[in-house]
Amino acid sequence: MQSLILTTATRLLVALLLVFSIYALLRGHNLPGGGFIGGLIGATAFILYTIATSVREARTALRVDPANVAMLGVGVAGLSGLVAGFVGQPFFTGQWLFLFRNGDSYLPLSTVLVFDIGVYMAVFGGILTLVFALEQEI
Amino acid sequence: MSWLLVYPIIIPMMTAVLAFLFRNSPAGRWISVLGTIALLFASISLMVEVLDQGVVAAQMSNWEAPFGITLAADLLGAVMVVITAITGLATVVYCLAEIPERLERLGFHALLQTLLVGVCGSFLTGDLFNLYVWFEVMLISSFGLLVLGGSREQLDGGIKYVTLNLVSTIMFLSGIGLLYGMTGTLNMADLHLAVRGVENTGLLTTIAIMFLVAFGVKAALFPLFFWLPASYHTPPVAVSAIFAGLLTKVGVYALIRTFTLIFDQDVGYTHQIMLWMAVVTMVTGVLGAAAMNDFRRILSFHIISQIGYMVLGLALFTPLGLMGAVFYLVHHIIVKANLFFVAGVAKRIAGSTDLARIGGLYAHAPVLAFLFLIPAFSLAGFPPLSGFWAKYVVVKAALDLEMWVVAGISLAVGLLTIFSMTKIWGAAFWPAHPDGIKPRLSDMPMGERMAMMLPIAALAALTCIIGVLPEPFVLFAERAAQQLLDPTEYVTTVLGVQP
Repeated sequence: MQSLILTTATRLLVALLLVFSIYALLRGHNLPGGGFIGGLIGATAFILYTIATSVREARTALRVDPANVAMLGVGVAGLSGLVAGFVGQPFFTGQWLFLFRNGDSYLPLSTVLVFDIGVYMAVFGGILTLVFALEQEI
Repeated sequence: MSWLLVYPIIIPMMTAVLAFLFRNSPAGRWISVLGTIALLFASISLMVEVLDQGVVAAQMSNWEAPFGITLAADLLGAVMVVITAITGLATVVYCLAEIPERLERLGFHALLQTLLVGVCGSFLTGDLFNLYVWFEVMLISSFGLLVLGGSREQLDGGIKYVTLNLVSTIMFLSGIGLLYGMTGTLNMADLHLAVRGVENTGLLTTIAIMFLVAFGVKAALFPLFFWLPASYHTPPVAVSAIFAGLLTKVGVYALIRTFTLIFDQDVGYTHQIMLWMAVVTMVTGVLGAAAMNDFRRILSFHIISQIGYMVLGLALFTPLGLMGAVFYLVHHIIVKANLFFVAGVAKRIAGSTDLARIGGLYAHAPVLAFLFLIPAFSLAGFPPLSGFWAKYVVVKAALDLEMWVVAGISLAVGLLTIFSMTKIWGAAFWPAHPDGIKPRLSDMPMGERMAMMLPIAALAALTCIIGVLPEPFVLFAERAAQQLLDPTEYVTTVLGVQP
């Protein structure tokens, strides 16, 4: 069933949800948020789009197979742990890079964030694989 | 040094990712093969390190034990990883011939590699909760493998499998929770020390029994085994082979690990229960096998009966008993996977695994018949094959404790094992095929024949080698048993301090 209200609202909400999911992902290191919840929020955007339109259109909008995204996420998360090996530390030891030092402010980048991005992709892809499969049956 | 412990987990994990991304092209299956070869090399180098240095341990993320996750390998853990890699490689090669492209496109090889991740993780972890996580990885991927393809029969088996395993998981998790509440730690080496300070030993024994039930389901011990024969004959043969080889053995491994390292303060009670569970498991398993009329079902019931021997070795709790359990674990993985592989070839060339509907394999495929006899005799415990030594050590351990009944029963079970092997021989190999088919190996294309027969021949050769030259393996099992019975080295290495 097509609902005009839902389809119109979805156009707005999808973008908002996706931006918010990235925000939750990046915020997650020291504050509530992180890859898992970010991935869920991101998946919600596409689930909403699926409900408003159809699985076919949601798949087209996503462009890639969500299962591939999920597995790639597992790979990214695993690789982030391997980085520690290059500096001779145990598996998964967090590696940090502080960029743009300017007095007290700097941009901290870490393998922990890369791991979180991997989790984000795994959750995002995994949930969407499930939802698409379930919606398609109906 | 710490990285040697990580490779057996990260290699199959990355292989799974790549195999999944390339699942629509032939590259996927070759990635799977290459990844498993890499896993074999990684596991062997870990083994060499453990033989050289004794127990090795690594603290993930540099969080010190007992706060972080520890990976640790003693001789038992290391040999289990090696044998996992060997079985994994044999299975992946076998899959080249057996698994249709349709299943590959669904991500078969990725699931298989994920299963290896879970199995290797379980063997290497030094943390009880982490063990639970690896069990879940294993459960999810094995469930996927079981139902992939989605026939009615597979779903039926899959539901039984997953339901009963979930019950076991809940039991396991509750046990972990209670143990953590009592001791405040889940690092196994730390638990070894912590349980000695627990005043309420009654509750500790209760938790031990919860673990016994949880791992008993995984290991298919009596009376918790019924999920196994209900599900193992449904998936592709390669899948049943790797399940039969590895999955129940992870349960046995977990039993050995926890009941030597953590729950060894009330041996008279816990290990006595385990002893009789093991004996009844042996008997019910072999009787079940005698009643079945399907190649794979007979083999499934035999897994159960053989699990009895391993757990018996643990339950005796003597150096000789544990040595037998370790030896039996290694021998059984090789032999059992091999028998399932043979069943797969029989199915391919004779058309079925139902014993009433096949035949003529001896007349037309003598090589297969010969390669069946080796693991079948080994399973039954004929000298000079590996099964003889495995059984001999366990029975000797029982005799040393003057447990005549137990020793007698385990010998009788060996006899009944031969009976059901003769049944397979008498129905599938000896008489002519009921439909007049001539099941020849040469009917298979060259490539497929190689992919199916090479793993069978290699594993059969391994059984013979262990059987003819048992000494290094026996000495190895003896050292492993010593490490298990006196875990001081394990504890000091993991915690980095003198206890």
